[in-house]
Amino acid sequence: MERVPIIKIGQTLFVSIQIDLQDDTVMRLQEDLADELSATGAHGVIIDITAVEIVDSFIGRMLTMIGSISRLFDAETVIVGMRPAVAITLTELGLSLSGVRTALNAEKGLEILNGKT
Amino acid sequence: MDAGGTTERMADYLRDHRDKVVDRWSELVIAGVRGRTSFEEVRRELRDLYSLVVRVLSESDDHAVGELRAALDELSRSRARDGFTPTETALGVFSLKDAVYELVADTAELAPEFLVFSRMIDDLGLRTFESYSAAREQIITDQSTAMMELSTPVVRLWDGIIAVPLVGTLDSARTQLVMEKLLDTLVATGANHAVIDITGVATVDTEVAQHLLKTVSAARLLGAECTISGIRPQVAQTIVSLGIEFGDIATKATLADALALALRQAGLKVVQALEPLFCDIAGFSNCRS
Repeated sequence: MERVPIIKIGQTLFVSIQIDLQDDTVMRLQEDLADELSATGAHGVIIDITAVEIVDSFIGRMLTMIGSISRLFDAETVIVGMRPAVAITLTELGLSLSGVRTALNAEKGLEILNGKT
Repeated sequence: MDAGGTTERMADYLRDHRDKVVDRWSELVIAGVRGRTSFEEVRRELRDLYSLVVRVLSESDDHAVGELRAALDELSRSRARDGFTPTETALGVFSLKDAVYELVADTAELAPEFLVFSRMIDDLGLRTFESYSAAREQIITDQSTAMMELSTPVVRLWDGIIAVPLVGTLDSARTQLVMEKLLDTLVATGANHAVIDITGVATVDTEVAQHLLKTVSAARLLGAECTISGIRPQVAQTIVSLGIEFGDIATKATLADALALALRQAGLKVVQALEPLFCDIAGFSNCRS
């Protein structure tokens, strides 16, 4: 099973998803992220999904869950780099990713976490 | 009497009476089109067609048949573009039958020949009608494509603020196009704020509202905030009486208000200059100097 690496930069955990998401990959990511948040006490999570072309309702829901889990560790989650096609799919599925913030790119995501906007 | 001989004799007959038939045919056609083309032009077109009809009858080779069909298609297409009705277009071919019939009516021995000729003209008439409708279909398709392309501009109002002025009726296909274009522009320009201006949208029903809400949520997923502006009084009444909820989506009366909101959210402030600014652009005559 492929694993998504989690990189800690300062007080932020950075996750860049470069593979096609499978259900078990996302579940593993969720577990890893929870472990990492608890171990490091990071205050923000940036999930970059620029390379993700296909999402389904399960993955959409898991992203929301990751957001909720992060909030329990007092960390804010920002999903960055979503493709228009992915956004349309999620909207058609009726998922608005509540509780998760979104940004156009990683830079803007960092600005959100740093409280600039 | 074999069919080959019959058509051959008809072709000879038509060739002999060429000018007379073409003149009469042109008269009948021009009476039908009510002065939208000149007699000379009609006569020239019909003379070409007539020669082709004679060639098809006399040689019955595929070459002439193909040429006649192409000429008819071309004629029907130009008639369709010029706004002639289907009847007028088809009558243009059928009146050849009338013109010939007036000539052969007295000569009883040409009856079998005329029957063959008549069948051929019927086929040609049907063909005319088919290419006429095909041309009209094409025109309609072209126009709706052009409308689609024209109807979805995305304009940049400010750094990081874009606007989509919507005009006309919103249906699923158009909203889909607007949504895709808006999202693509958000990604391409890195804009944080989008204004959807619906001043030009005459009616908003539940379906249109649904489409707008979807567009806004999709833009939010990308990390951009959307404002809907330009809601007209009647539209506002409709929205309320239909029980449509825009939720936490910001709505503004005018595009100016929406821009002001977007600027405020971007941390920008528009202030009145204490003194009128002097323009240093040469030739800018509207400025006081």
